[in-house]
Amino acid sequence: MKLTILRNKVGLLALLFSASFAFGQNATLRGVVKDKNSEAVFGASVVLEGQSKGANTDAEGNFRIDNIKPGTYNVIFRATGLATITKSLEFAANEVKYENIVLLDQIQELQEMVVIGYGTTRTSDLTGAATVITDKNFQKGSLSSPEQLLSGKVAGLKINSNDGSPGGSSTIRMRGGTSISASNDPLIVLDGVPLDNGGIAGASNPLSLINPNDIESFVILKDASATAIFGSRGANGVILITTKKGKDGKSPLKVTFDTKHSLSTIAKYADVLTADEFRTLVNERGNASQIAQLGTANTDWQKQVFHNAYITDNNVSLTGGVKNLPYRLSFGNRLENGVLRTDKFQRNGLSLNMSPSFLNKSLTVELNQKIVQTQSTFANRGALGAAYFDPTQEVRTGNDVYGGYYEWLNQPSGLPNTLAPKNPLGLINQRKDQSTVNRYIGNLTVSYRLPFFKAVKASMNVGTDQSEGKGNVSELATSANGYYTKGSSSAYRSTKGNKLIGAQVNYNNGDKKSKHLIDGTIGYSYQDWYTSSPSNPTYTEAGDSIISQAAANPYYTKNALLSYYARGIYTFNNQIVLNASIRRDGSSRFSPDQRWGLFPSVSAAWIVTQYDFMKKVKYINLLKFRGGYGVTGQQDGIGDYAYIGNYFQGATNAQYAFGGQYYTVFRPDGFDANLKWETTSSTNFGMDLGFFKDRVSLSLDLYLKKTSDLLAVVNVPAGTNFTNSILTNVGSMENKGLEISTNIGIIAKKNLKLDLALNATHNINKVTGLSLIDDPNSKGIFVGGISGGIGNTVQVQKVGSPVNSFFVYQQKYDANGKPIEVGQYKDPNNTGLGKYTDLDAFEDLNGDGIINVEDRYVTKQVAPKWFFGTTLNLTYKKWFASATMRSEMGGTIYNNIHSNNATFQSVNGPLGFLNNVSSLYNVEEMQTTTERQLLSDYYLEKANFYRLDYLSVGYRFDKIPVKGHSFGLTVSGVVQNVFVITKYSGQDPEVGGGIDNNIYPRPRVYSLNLTFDI
Amino acid sequence: MKKSIIFKSILFLAIGTFSLTACKKQLNQTPKYGLNAETVYSDPNNYIQVLAKLYSGLSMTGIQGPAGKGDIAGIDEGFSAYVRVLFNLQELPTDAAVCGWNDPGVPELNKMTWSPETSFIKGMYYRIYYQITLCNEFIREAAEDKLNERGFSAADIARINTYRQEARFLRALSYYHALDLFGNVPFVTEKDKVGAFLPERINRSDLFDYVEGELLAIEGLLPAGAGTEYAHANQAAVQMLLAKLYLNAQVYKGVSKYTECATYCERVIAQGYQLDNNYQDLFLADNHTSSEIIFPVVYDGLYAQTWGGTTFLTCAALGGSMVAADYGVNAKWGGLRVTPQYVDLYTDSMLDSRYLFYRAGQQKDITSLSTFSNGYGFPKFKNKTKAGANGSNGATSAQVDIDYPMFRLADAYLMYAEAALRGGGSIGQGVIYMNKLRERAYGNASFNFGSITLDDVLNERAKELSWECTRRTDLIRYGKFTGGSYVWSFKGGEAAGGSVPDFRSLYPIPTADLVLNPNLIQNSGY
Repeated sequence: MKLTILRNKVGLLALLFSASFAFGQNATLRGVVKDKNSEAVFGASVVLEGQSKGANTDAEGNFRIDNIKPGTYNVIFRATGLATITKSLEFAANEVKYENIVLLDQIQELQEMVVIGYGTTRTSDLTGAATVITDKNFQKGSLSSPEQLLSGKVAGLKINSNDGSPGGSSTIRMRGGTSISASNDPLIVLDGVPLDNGGIAGASNPLSLINPNDIESFVILKDASATAIFGSRGANGVILITTKKGKDGKSPLKVTFDTKHSLSTIAKYADVLTADEFRTLVNERGNASQIAQLGTANTDWQKQVFHNAYITDNNVSLTGGVKNLPYRLSFGNRLENGVLRTDKFQRNGLSLNMSPSFLNKSLTVELNQKIVQTQSTFANRGALGAAYFDPTQEVRTGNDVYGGYYEWLNQPSGLPNTLAPKNPLGLINQRKDQSTVNRYIGNLTVSYRLPFFKAVKASMNVGTDQSEGKGNVSELATSANGYYTKGSSSAYRSTKGNKLIGAQVNYNNGDKKSKHLIDGTIGYSYQDWYTSSPSNPTYTEAGDSIISQAAANPYYTKNALLSYYARGIYTFNNQIVLNASIRRDGSSRFSPDQRWGLFPSVSAAWIVTQYDFMKKVKYINLLKFRGGYGVTGQQDGIGDYAYIGNYFQGATNAQYAFGGQYYTVFRPDGFDANLKWETTSSTNFGMDLGFFKDRVSLSLDLYLKKTSDLLAVVNVPAGTNFTNSILTNVGSMENKGLEISTNIGIIAKKNLKLDLALNATHNINKVTGLSLIDDPNSKGIFVGGISGGIGNTVQVQKVGSPVNSFFVYQQKYDANGKPIEVGQYKDPNNTGLGKYTDLDAFEDLNGDGIINVEDRYVTKQVAPKWFFGTTLNLTYKKWFASATMRSEMGGTIYNNIHSNNATFQSVNGPLGFLNNVSSLYNVEEMQTTTERQLLSDYYLEKANFYRLDYLSVGYRFDKIPVKGHSFGLTVSGVVQNVFVITKYSGQDPEVGGGIDNNIYPRPRVYSLNLTFDI
Repeated sequence: MKKSIIFKSILFLAIGTFSLTACKKQLNQTPKYGLNAETVYSDPNNYIQVLAKLYSGLSMTGIQGPAGKGDIAGIDEGFSAYVRVLFNLQELPTDAAVCGWNDPGVPELNKMTWSPETSFIKGMYYRIYYQITLCNEFIREAAEDKLNERGFSAADIARINTYRQEARFLRALSYYHALDLFGNVPFVTEKDKVGAFLPERINRSDLFDYVEGELLAIEGLLPAGAGTEYAHANQAAVQMLLAKLYLNAQVYKGVSKYTECATYCERVIAQGYQLDNNYQDLFLADNHTSSEIIFPVVYDGLYAQTWGGTTFLTCAALGGSMVAADYGVNAKWGGLRVTPQYVDLYTDSMLDSRYLFYRAGQQKDITSLSTFSNGYGFPKFKNKTKAGANGSNGATSAQVDIDYPMFRLADAYLMYAEAALRGGGSIGQGVIYMNKLRERAYGNASFNFGSITLDDVLNERAKELSWECTRRTDLIRYGKFTGGSYVWSFKGGEAAGGSVPDFRSLYPIPTADLVLNPNLIQNSGY
């Protein structure tokens, strides 16, 4: 349905156009291409079959091909989403022929195909919850990584950038997480190759190795009936990525050059006391030694470490076809500086796609090759705490000691205080952390359609994904941080890769136009993954001695997955679709007893509008019901040899000595011989509606996902294993929810269009089982470590509550609504009423007269209960504008800055140094750190927000003539992270994990984009 | 035509099946560099490295120093180091120490308001059972029939058999700590293989018998005392542990075993250990040269790094106006002090070389636990050699070379004296032993006892064995740990100190294990 809407936008939203080169004085073909609504089709290709001649239509649908030798030709008119027309035309010498072409919607002629796992299917035959997002709908702006293109675009898919670092990663969650301790990331499949989503040394986001500019479309498979074909890896959904390809073997060369220039700025600084406010505070409340430590400077440390940063992204692509060989070659270069000084990410990538066909198109070959290199400089993340460095100190001391930076020193020795924070600018400038990552992704698919039995197609797919990351981290010997070790220098290198071999046979009788369409596939695939890294010592900066020895053995790990699958799709008269699939997976991660798993699915769709009685209802063009059930698994997050009892050799700095002789130790690690994958069964009911020829469309999905054999790290009975806690299959979890997405063509006039796309998701998560023995007294698994007090946690996994619920004390408030603070005088004038105790400050929930862990209660969840994405697209003649908004509701943040950086104890520091405090200190409610203060529900805040992610405006110039040729140009300006509306008191309400600490601020980015079509 | 399709399909399937068989073998993956039980124990030279892990379970927190790759999870590695949590449970709830940190668990121990959730209690419990499980595995794998099966030489078998007895000692030591701290606990031996099962509960009295039986069984199988290779458990270590067991038998089992206690103290004393000349030398970077230490836990600033153990005892005690470099480290953690009541035990303060309090800028009384200047400092452990040099890493880190003296001769003297007073030995001999310590402490005989009382012994133990993880056990034996007969600052939670109910003389079984193992019963009162 989304596609239908997209189709209507063709010609209005497309950014590219091309012009042909014309020579000579022969015949000329001119004309205009329009769609069924008589609207110009932009970017349609017009090709003379057998000739290397052709043209693309401009924004008015006009085309012109000159220099045609007299003769008769088949002329092919082709446009994305529309049915292709071939016309035989005869040209006389010097004739100028004018053709008025109307291209009808493809759906009426030929069904649109959509990529699904291990094959394609007609869009109308989809029985599961799947969403297609093509480049027309991608997020605009300067983006470093493919997943950001999708942010806010798909119901049920929540994508949050983890921070604002260059080349940084995102958290991707589809319909809530299915796991506690295993991975919750969806499987990502690039052109048929399941990617290893694990990190590679030297890259903060493995997906950033893929150039977003090369991506043509995403298909998001959400429910198990769609993902069961991916078996033990499908539980968290699947994202299929298709890269851009040459379309056919005859199109003329099209060159597109795209350049983006951006300025990245700090959207919001952390709010802390100014130097003068801080001096006043310490003078008022501090003791003599604290007051003595105050300096006289006025330093804004955040301005010292953050700066405006420049980003540039250039891409050039060549698309065309030579002798039945469609190709696309692209090169992309991105240079992204971070707002934290010295942070830098650079990517150079080359991508080549060729898809030739032979033997009268019965043998088709598709080859995809990508080579990417990223080079990163990582600024010292310790400097993110800059806001809290004492603002009364100068940045530099004026002498050379410790690089000339002001540092907290032990007295009288004058040596660095190891417990004190270090000068933030000193941290940045005295550490060098650089990496280079190379990645090659390639796959080759060969398909053969039996010439005498065309319904059968056999194909082989081989693919590989290899990467190498290496880098060096060094710290100056003269820096305060490196002083005691004489600096440090260490090199790392890691290689990883996977290979894929697959074969399948597909039967499809679709060509026969029968009432009974059958599409059956059987196949198998084998994939293995390895990661290897040598162990290196850490040297002093000068390299003259070793600070820490290399580990005894290099790191090497490998696992393999062997799978068989089958799927059948039966369509009756385009009215009823039945779909069933089954997959059997064997994984080397599990013992032979637990190795094999079966993942079945069944689903069906009923397309009511295909019945005659519905065809009379003019305003409804689509009414489709879908329902499905399937079983999927999750095995990421489980170690490769976790079921085997392994021994590991200890490091040389953790030895034991007998008689003065040191021995490295051998340690057995805990293991669970019966480990297996998590299993998620999911049920999905959906409905698709289209009104007024899809001008308004609506999809609704209801889902229920039940995870069993839930993997969680839990305690084991003491004395039964070589550890006290282990990853094991121990529980169950449930996600249920509702997804709504709608597209509305609010204005649909010839020159003015306004489209609104809106999606909303409601997800309810609950842990339904957790322990080997269900005990109501179990407090659950404590998670969510916070800053302030070693070992404090504020979250819990508990049966009956959502995953990552908060587990805190209930704060009591005084008559004025202020939280009661332990240790303060009940009467400010101290008239003998004494001080507030824990019992005065916190609710004694179990009523036993003492406040202890029994009085903590489970409340509120981290994940939002609702999230929304809204996109507005406006086009007016050659102008276009779009805005994307994202919002979340019902999530909760623990404001760790408020709890830990807004009390007077945080100024104090343990010994011999001062810290600045958050301006939240001035709220004057809780100003003292006490035993339980950190765990008060006072610090829980609503994480609701509304963010305008992207705002772009552009103009498309047609045919700018240059020296007899002409080129197209599209100019646009984009602002990313335009504003956030939230009541949250901290810097940014979008906090991974629900605990707000020093985050790398998400910048506001202003971009100018130029796209040239030659 | 149909035939050819069938033929082609068969061919395709045949190729497919062939490649599948090849791939199927790939599902049996084993670690390329790692070791497993089979490979480790097939080489007789590897046993000492597994044994080293059993010992380092007392000193290190994992297999990477000072942290990373920890042995147990769910609690900060350094916080849960064996000796560090043992110190926290044995000293923080007594008059001997307070800690100023607000980290979860610290105030609860200072105030004696802990619960089954208190992190340090969980830390100690899991360290104990980690040790026991590891020892069980080694004891299983080093059994004589297995060694014979592996075809080792007689010399190797004899050597490994000694290691096996050491593992039994280490297991008995951890069971002793379980018995002393938790009482009624899960019971696993080498007969219980690793896997999903629920250990049986053993009560305190039966566990006493088991530990006693194990120690008696291995006593004769280990090398004798002084002069054997340093840091290995030997006969003297076994005898020390037996003496401790017997001294507290009344508490543990409700039966007096003072005669046995005195007997085993005498056996220890006969092993040839000598008191060091200077008390302070026992707690310095080169204390591995001591003639007095019977069973150490070994640390090193370079090769055995941890945030626990003696690093904690050294750095956490530094704060205020102390200068870190004077103690051979680069950090002051500003945590530990002593209560005024403890200072008062040193009646002849200035002359006693064990009076190691730091007073500059410190007030004796504690009104605020979190203020380091409240309470005298006690920098007893110093990462300096007898000659005054820095430890091996030149004071460039917090990690120290100081070995922790788990058992030393002075304790045998004190135990003997107490056992004698309680009817187990010669009081006269007890006075002689007590006076040996006095003479070392004061440098001469002028403060020697003429006669001794039980309280004299308790006070002498407090001063001689300060911060050596015995204070709680001693106070319990004397009935002073709980109740109101003896109070100190923050006992029970208030600055003035107060009474504490008796159930707190045993720590609770952590909830985490209680909910997993239905065989366990929570200690009463919790």
